[in-house]
Amino acid sequence: MSTTSIMKRRSFAGLLQNNTALGVMFMLPAGVFLLCFLTYPLGLGVWLGFTDTRIGRDGVFIGLENYRLLFDDSVFWLSVFNTILYTSVASVLKFGLGLWLALILNEKLPLKSFFRAIVLLPWVVPTVLSALAFWWIFDSQFSILSWSLIQLGLIDQPINFLGDSNNARASVIAANVWRGIPFVAISLLAGLQTISPSLQEAASLDGATSWQRFRYVTLPMLTPIIAVVMTFSVLFTFTDFQLIYVLTKGGPVNATHLMATLSFQRGIPGGQLGEGAAIAVAMIPFLLASILFSFFGLQRRKWQQGGSE
Amino acid sequence: MASVDFINVRKSFGTHAVIKGVNVEITDGEFVILVGPSGCGKSTLLRMLAGLENISAGEIRIGDKIVNGLAPKERDIAMVFQNYALYPHMTVADNMAFSLKLKGANKTAIETLVKPAAEILGLSHLLERYPRQLSGGQRQRVAMGRAIVRNPQVFLFDEPLSNLDAKLRVAMRAEIKELHQRLNTTTVYVTHDQIEAMTMADKIVVMNDGRVEQIGSPLDLYDRPANLFVAGFIGSPAMNMIKGRLDAADPHRFITEGGTVLPVVAAVEAAQGRDLIYGLRPESMRLDGAGLPVKVGVVEPTGAETQMIAKLGGSDLVCVFHERVSVRPGEIVNVSINAQATHLFDAESGVRL
Ligand SMILES: Nc1ncnc2c1ncn2[C@@H]1O[C@H](COP(=O)(O)OP(=O)(O)OP(=O)(O)O)[C@@H](O)[C@H]1O
Ligand SMILES: [Mg+2]
Repeated sequence: MSTTSIMKRRSFAGLLQNNTALGVMFMLPAGVFLLCFLTYPLGLGVWLGFTDTRIGRDGVFIGLENYRLLFDDSVFWLSVFNTILYTSVASVLKFGLGLWLALILNEKLPLKSFFRAIVLLPWVVPTVLSALAFWWIFDSQFSILSWSLIQLGLIDQPINFLGDSNNARASVIAANVWRGIPFVAISLLAGLQTISPSLQEAASLDGATSWQRFRYVTLPMLTPIIAVVMTFSVLFTFTDFQLIYVLTKGGPVNATHLMATLSFQRGIPGGQLGEGAAIAVAMIPFLLASILFSFFGLQRRKWQQGGSE
Repeated sequence: MASVDFINVRKSFGTHAVIKGVNVEITDGEFVILVGPSGCGKSTLLRMLAGLENISAGEIRIGDKIVNGLAPKERDIAMVFQNYALYPHMTVADNMAFSLKLKGANKTAIETLVKPAAEILGLSHLLERYPRQLSGGQRQRVAMGRAIVRNPQVFLFDEPLSNLDAKLRVAMRAEIKELHQRLNTTTVYVTHDQIEAMTMADKIVVMNDGRVEQIGSPLDLYDRPANLFVAGFIGSPAMNMIKGRLDAADPHRFITEGGTVLPVVAAVEAAQGRDLIYGLRPESMRLDGAGLPVKVGVVEPTGAETQMIAKLGGSDLVCVFHERVSVRPGEIVNVSINAQATHLFDAESGVRL
C-alpha cells in the first residue's frame, strides 16, 4: 500500500472524528434539499423581477426597469403604506389583546380548558371561510353589526364597512386581528405556564402589587417567547393575502391593497409577471428587517445562560 | 419582630379538610419548627401564615393584629421557598434588592442593606451573577439574603435545606441558627428532617394529619413524648415499641406478649390490666452480663456508635451503643435496660401513661 493511500485513509478517519466535519456531512442532504426547493423558486422570482415577462410570453432582461417604474407608481407606494399600516396596527392589537387573553386564561377559572379550546377556534377555521363570514358581517346592507347598532338606536343607517377607504382599512384589520389572536394568545399562554407560580408568590411577599408582579416578573420572563411569537405574527400579517383578497380585493380605490395582493393582481390577472415579481421582491427587505429584529430579540439573554461565567 | 398565634385554624380545599383545628402560640423571637410526615399540612399552615392561602376558619395573629384578611404584602413576612423562587432574570444583587426597590428605597439605602447581608452570607463576590450561575447552596443563601434585607416581623422557611447534600445541609443548619441568634427574628421553619428539628428549634410542633400532636422543646419531646405518634417520630433510630401488660402482682414488671419481663419504674394505677405499649429508646440499653438475653441479628458499626438489631421474643429490638462492641450475628448477648428512660403508652388510645 502506498503512503498516500494510508494518509488518505487516516485523514478520512480523522474527518469522522472531527465534529465540525461530521456535522457538515450530516447536514449536506438537508442543505441540498433546501437549496433546490427553497432557493430555486426564490431565485426564479428575483430573476423574473428583472425581466418584462408576461403570461404566455418569455421576457428579456431589462435590469432595474421594473423597479424604476414602481418607484414612480403611486399605487405601489400606497400599497407599501397600507402594508405597513396593516401590519403595525394589527400586530400591536394582536399583541395587546392576545397577551390580555393569555393572562386571563392563565388564571384559575371554571371551564378553563373549554375556554382555551374556544380561543383556538378562529385559527382552526380555514382563512377563506372566516373571510367569507366577515364579508357578510361587513356587508353594506345585511351586516349584523349595522343591524345591531341600528336596533340599539346608536346609528340610523347601515355603515358602509368596505365601501369607504378608512372603514375598509379598519375592517380588514379587525378581521386579521380576530384571526391572529389565537396564535398569540395560546403561545403566550404556553409561555406563562412555564413561569413558576412560586415566583409570583415570592414577589407578592416582597410587596409587589399585581401590576408590579406583571411588570417586573411576568413580563421580563416572557420576553423571549414574545419575541418569537411577534416575529411570526408580523411575518404572517405582512404577507397576508387571503383575507384581503376575499374581503376587498384591494379596494375601494386601492385603499386596502397590500404589497402581496398588488403583486398578485399585477402578476396574474394583470399578466405582468415581471412587475408582480418585482413587487414581491420589494417585500424582501422588510421581511429581512423583521427577521433581523427577531434575531436580536431572540438572542439568549444573559440570565438564560447557565453554567460557567 | 412579633409573636404569632394560630387560634383554632382550619383549612379545607373544597371538601377535603387539610388543617383540622390548629392552636400554636409562638413568642417573639422564638425559633419554631414544624415537623410531621409528608402531607400532614405543614406547608399549608406556613402558607396560610404568609397569606398565600386563605384561612377557612379560625384566626391567625401576628403581634396583636389579626391577619386573616391581609394580603401577603401587608403582613411583613419573608419566606424562603423550598425551590428558592429566585427571580431568574435578576442578578443576585437585584434579587436581594427587589423588595427594597418596590418600597421606593434609593440606591444608597439599598446598598447599605444589601452589602452587609451579602457579607454575612458570603455572597459578596457573587452579587453580579444570575441565579442560573449559582450552585444549590449559593442559591439557598441568596434566598435567605432576600429575606434578611427586608428585616421582616417573621421569617418563614419551607424545607429550605432539602435540596442540599448532607454536608452542606449541616453547614447551612449552623448558619441559619447563627443567623437567628444574631437577628433574633421570630422564625417558623418547616422540615422533614428530625435532626434539623432537634438541633435548631427552641420549640417543635409535631403535626400529623392536620392536627398538632405535641408542642414542646426538643428534649421535652424526646424525654416525654405525649403519645405513640410523637414517640415514634422523634428520635433516630425510632423508639422500640413492645406490646404487653403489667404484671398483675408487681407493677414494676412489664410482661411482653412473648412472656419476657421488662423493668418499669413506677406505673400509673390506671395502667393495670390494660393492653400497653412499652417504649424503649435504642440508646437506653447497654451490654451487661446480668441483663436480658437477646439474639443478635445485624450489627452496623458507624464509627461513633454501633447499631445492633436483635431479636427479643419474636420482635426486633434496635439498640444503639456509644462504644464499639464486638458481637457477631447469631450470638446471644445480654442487654440491660435503663428503667428510668422507658415509656408506657396505652395501646388503644396511644396516649402516654
Ligand atoms: N392546592 C391544593 N388543593 C388541594 N389539596 C391540596 C392543595 N395543597 C395541598 N393539598 C393537600 O393538603 C395536604 C397537605 O399538604 P401540604 O403541602 O401542607 O403537606 P406538607 O406537610 O407540607 O407535606 P410535605 O412534607 O410533603 O411537603 C395534602 O394532602 C395535599 O394533598
Ligand atoms: Mg411541604
